[in-house]
Amino acid sequence: MVAKKIFAYTYIYLILLFLYLPVLYLIVFSFTEATYAGQWAGWSWNLYPRLFQDKEIMTALGNTLIIAAISSLLSTLIGTLGAIGVFYCKKGVRHFIEGLNQINVVNAEIVIAMSLTVMFVFVGQHFFGGNSIFSFWTLLIGHCCLSVPFVYLNVKPKIQQMDPALYEAALDLGSSPNQAIHKVIIPQIIPGIMAALLLSFTLSLDDFIVTAFTRGSGLLSGGSQIETLSTLVQSKIKKGAVPPELRALTTIIFLIVLTIVIIYSIRVNAKSKGKKSFGKSHAERRIGFNANPLN
Amino acid sequence: MRYKIARQSLALPFTLFLLLFVLVPILFIVYYAFTDSDGYFTFQAFTSLFTSTTKLNVLLVSILIGLLNTALCLLISFPLAYILANPKYNKNYVLVMLFVMPMWINFVLRTGALRDLLSIFLGWCNTTTGEHPLFCTMIGLIINYIPFTVLPLYSTMLKLDHSQIEAAQDLGCNGIHTFTRSIIPQAMPGIVSASMMVFMPTISSYVISDTLSEGQIMLFGNSIYLSFSNSDWNGGSFMSLIMLIIIFVVMLSTKKFQGHDDERSAAW
Repeated sequence: MVAKKIFAYTYIYLILLFLYLPVLYLIVFSFTEATYAGQWAGWSWNLYPRLFQDKEIMTALGNTLIIAAISSLLSTLIGTLGAIGVFYCKKGVRHFIEGLNQINVVNAEIVIAMSLTVMFVFVGQHFFGGNSIFSFWTLLIGHCCLSVPFVYLNVKPKIQQMDPALYEAALDLGSSPNQAIHKVIIPQIIPGIMAALLLSFTLSLDDFIVTAFTRGSGLLSGGSQIETLSTLVQSKIKKGAVPPELRALTTIIFLIVLTIVIIYSIRVNAKSKGKKSFGKSHAERRIGFNANPLN
Repeated sequence: MRYKIARQSLALPFTLFLLLFVLVPILFIVYYAFTDSDGYFTFQAFTSLFTSTTKLNVLLVSILIGLLNTALCLLISFPLAYILANPKYNKNYVLVMLFVMPMWINFVLRTGALRDLLSIFLGWCNTTTGEHPLFCTMIGLIINYIPFTVLPLYSTMLKLDHSQIEAAQDLGCNGIHTFTRSIIPQAMPGIVSASMMVFMPTISSYVISDTLSEGQIMLFGNSIYLSFSNSDWNGGSFMSLIMLIIIFVVMLSTKKFQGHDDERSAAW
């Protein structure tokens, strides 16, 4: 048993090491100022101030956060209202809309990007006198296309679990339909909404393909094409090694993600201690992630 | 009755959004795939798929690399998920989270880092990443897709019926038979969904194969991206349409497969 356990843990940690090696490599060399990672030019913190002085990276970072914030809020709104509405639709209509929703869940990102691009090109040619309509707005639509289906899938189970009598009770007790939605339905599905918000935010942060296809000029990039972190990094690594400043950025992103994971895990472990069945509570939590895989 | 109408109408923006930005764009792809640059109807893109070796190569190479990556990811992740989900070995959820965490660090950045790291390693062996495009691309794909296979496998492994496995052992199954006749059938739904999550994104991936093979390996994603950068909307649409068809064929066939699985367990 002990030998098996040692073997099992060795395997786990070897794979973890393999997965984290590229990130760890950037993090280690973020503490030296050498132009190429792999060369050690003595300890130094200088890459960190250099990162914050680098206008190009800061612009891209700002763009990325603005787009992620707006697109995640917008798609959570559309998807949540959609999930509530579709739940009360007739069976046939519901199946049709759910089928429509499923298309982008299974579709490849690059096909989503290409189809939107082709449509925007067509609209630009035929309705805007041959002018390009690519802008912040087309980019926003692109990012919403990625996340709206997953918002729907995250919120829907929460609505199904909801007690339908509560809404009727609210109406009987004198609230208007709007009030009933605000005060009865929304509070019950808020965990699903929060998970959806987080998911759409991360989908948008990490996206490269849709951004590269549907972007135009605007936001912090001004008159030139919108650069997000992904597109900026891609154009840099196409020319050569990862720029030194981005090594410092990796360390910062890693620390932020690590903090979130630690806080989340502490909360999950605390909750699962209160429950009898260990496995089930984890299986339930799966709903939050199993959507991410398509990016 | 009035409030019922109010509730359904909440779905209106959602439905309009899906129609306008999911369904209509796909119709545009179909339209562009069968027209030429002047807007005339043509089968040219369609026939060129079977006559031009480059496009046929893209198709074959994509499918082969997709299958290889799916197999390798499953092979690595299966024991991993088994260990993580087995309370004898692991009761800590943090460990599972650690496998998911890399997904939240920008994947273009991770790919660039891996390329730099590989070129150092290969430098020690006196070669470069450009000389081993397949090796480098596979490493990149595996690193990127392991988290996607670990999660679905982990969640089915949590539901494994350990008493059935013990019963198999008591009834005289050796280690291999227990594995093939009890563990694998029970984990089948996880294996299928894990394969889905790796195979399709792999054949449509762009950044990983472009960066790590230095542009030498053309997958579907690379081919569509190339059409995009050349503003070849017709060619790009056609390749996207083929990709779309592959996706739906794979989806339908696994549905059938899962149906058979149900039948078998029902008969048993």
